[in-house]
Amino acid sequence: MNRDLICIICPRGCKMSVDVPDCTLSDMGKPGCEITVVGNSCKRGEVYAISECTNPQRSITSTVRVSNRENVMVSVKTKDTVSKNKIFEVMKVIRSLSVEAPLEIGDELCDNVAGTKIIATKKVE
Amino acid sequence: MDNIVKHDVVVIGGGPAGMAAALSVWDNGVTDVVIIDRETSVGGILKQCVHSGFGLHKLGRELTGPEYAAEYAKRVFERNIKVYSDTMVVDINKEKLVIATNRQGILKIQAKAVILAMGCRERSRGALNIPGTRPSGIFSAGTAQKLINCEGYSVGSKVVILGSGDIGLIMARRMTLEGAKVEAVCEIMPYSGGLTRNIVQCLEDYGIPLYLSHTVAQIHGKDRLEGVTIAQVDENRQVIEDTKRYIPCDTLLLSVGLIPENELTKMADIAIDPVTNGPVVFQDRQTTVEGIFACGNVLQVHDLVDYVSDEAEIAGRGAACYVTEQQKDSSLVVDVKPGDKIRYVLPQKLNVNNSQGKVDLYMRVTEPMGRTVFTVCDDKGNLLSKAVKMRAMPGEMEKITVDLSQIGSAESIVVKGEAGK
Repeated sequence: MNRDLICIICPRGCKMSVDVPDCTLSDMGKPGCEITVVGNSCKRGEVYAISECTNPQRSITSTVRVSNRENVMVSVKTKDTVSKNKIFEVMKVIRSLSVEAPLEIGDELCDNVAGTKIIATKKVE
Repeated sequence: MDNIVKHDVVVIGGGPAGMAAALSVWDNGVTDVVIIDRETSVGGILKQCVHSGFGLHKLGRELTGPEYAAEYAKRVFERNIKVYSDTMVVDINKEKLVIATNRQGILKIQAKAVILAMGCRERSRGALNIPGTRPSGIFSAGTAQKLINCEGYSVGSKVVILGSGDIGLIMARRMTLEGAKVEAVCEIMPYSGGLTRNIVQCLEDYGIPLYLSHTVAQIHGKDRLEGVTIAQVDENRQVIEDTKRYIPCDTLLLSVGLIPENELTKMADIAIDPVTNGPVVFQDRQTTVEGIFACGNVLQVHDLVDYVSDEAEIAGRGAACYVTEQQKDSSLVVDVKPGDKIRYVLPQKLNVNNSQGKVDLYMRVTEPMGRTVFTVCDDKGNLLSKAVKMRAMPGEMEKITVDLSQIGSAESIVVKGEAGK
């Protein structure tokens, strides 16, 4: 199967063509089942293309209300990327979070959701 | 008479451009530099841009807006650069007297050099003349972004977005993640003005339809928005009547362009480029008024904050050189003109007196192009520089480098784009 992809790793947006062999997901990448990528400008594009055709990943950002500060929101993100099909599961967890200041960038607000953590991306004194 | 405070360099605006410019002034040896910012904390619009994608080029890692801002704020505080927060500049003049107001009253600062870094604002409904009623539920995309991300409001549940600029695309995803249904993104042009990656990760990921050559033809609703009529447009951007279609919605977001905020610039009689809507500048980002520099979105609307930081560093260096009188004789000026397929080029003017070295010219194309050959020629037709790109989009800034020593006695140089062989 041939898939045309646009790389979303950086703003350059390379147009890539990916040749995905007819193999099961678990055999993908093994001898005879190699995925070939053309059109990428760097190694990260190839890594993205292979991931996008086998297990697409996204990072998620949002904001959470700080309960002990008036009208203050803290911006948050997933520490690592999560499977694309877990996005709404992660959002549900983010919406249920209750956090208190003080907070530093990188503070963990939830230690396990979809195999990663939710961390603060803003300092709140 | 009021007390007038003196500073070597005053930076107006504490967003990404202002912070990077002040750091560059300091790092180039002029430590009497201050930032004036109208908000309570520095960071500008980055504070509401909670999505990631910032810093890949400049800092080598992918950060969210608040993280990128914090990185620069840290550097500002490390150098003890004074920030006048909650302070609004209301007037500047050619003599570089800056007048600002805050809770303490009126502040007058006599600067040796000023760096304009006020950023831009969004075009509003009023600029579009969309027929219909005036219900609540119509927001500029950036306002909705601030309400959701910084103030925690839920803006609406059924959404139509007009304009496919980056903020509109980012907000389509953000509203979807917050549980809203984004019914459509309409773009009046036959192509999107946003970055391709945003179309993929903000629209395609969530199955949000993008209608090119479409606009909002009518707004319906009395108190709250009840729906919009969308329609296809012809090549003259006129609505095609029989393509009209009603979409029920309670929210309309407008992402229809950014306007550099140059009210202060005009007060100082600085020449404005009618295409960029920002000041006309030389390669050191000095405006047509000596000692006043500009950088960031007040100068030209950028696609990436990383490039704003780069430009601010140039302006900061320029201001530091000006204050320490290292500036070169500026009597020989060459105009830089946009030619075929080029909407604008920046800087618009070059000082070529005794100048060695290379200058990067930044430009945008007028329409989407495939393989493109960019050339810089002087007014006698001599080729000065050439660059080839695999594709060029109006939404993505391009760059070409010229060697000043080659310009010689030309009065102007022209940058052109041509479909490549």
